[in-house]
Amino acid sequence: MANAQNTTTLPAKGSAEASSMTYVAPLAGWLLPGLGHLIQRRYLRGVLLMLAVFVMFFAGLGMQGKVYSFNTGDLLDILGFVGDVGAGALYFIARAMDWGIGNIHRAVADYGTKYIVVAGLLNVIATVDAYHIAIGKKQ
Amino acid sequence: MTFDLSHFSAALLFAICASIVFGITQRNTPRDMVRYGAYCFSLFIAGVIVASWVMWLIKR
Repeated sequence: MANAQNTTTLPAKGSAEASSMTYVAPLAGWLLPGLGHLIQRRYLRGVLLMLAVFVMFFAGLGMQGKVYSFNTGDLLDILGFVGDVGAGALYFIARAMDWGIGNIHRAVADYGTKYIVVAGLLNVIATVDAYHIAIGKKQ
Repeated sequence: MTFDLSHFSAALLFAICASIVFGITQRNTPRDMVRYGAYCFSLFIAGVIVASWVMWLIKR
């Protein structure tokens, strides 16, 4: 064979644990920011990712930002919901506790809304990274 | 609990958190992660300063 390069990205051990981790790590990382890294023994990375997403999310709430609910109205509201739900459990807790009502009378509340959306988007990036670690594409 | 941030401190907090995530997720080795995170952070802050001067010039 002229091209003998192995392009597979799965870990060499190929155990059942490694294959289940490809599902568990992204799911755990989405549900609780940083958990996808923590369960793969990337403790420092996991803690830092958790801190970054938690700080952004709760700073957004502290600034009286709005947490979007599911909607089929304005396109920006739909995208806001998609971004927010990226924060996983934080989003569902905020919705359950009725946090993030929003305050249109405060300019900084709009910053808070963006903080909450970006916290969710950053968690999506972290989730993808946890998946890449699980499949062996990244150390 | 509510708290107020100035424009700059809000941008600073945003830059710190985003840079941490970018650094960790976009590079492979710890050394590269730190360097890329610092690079992103400096770009965020430089962007804020440039944008603020542009807005100041537009206002004048």
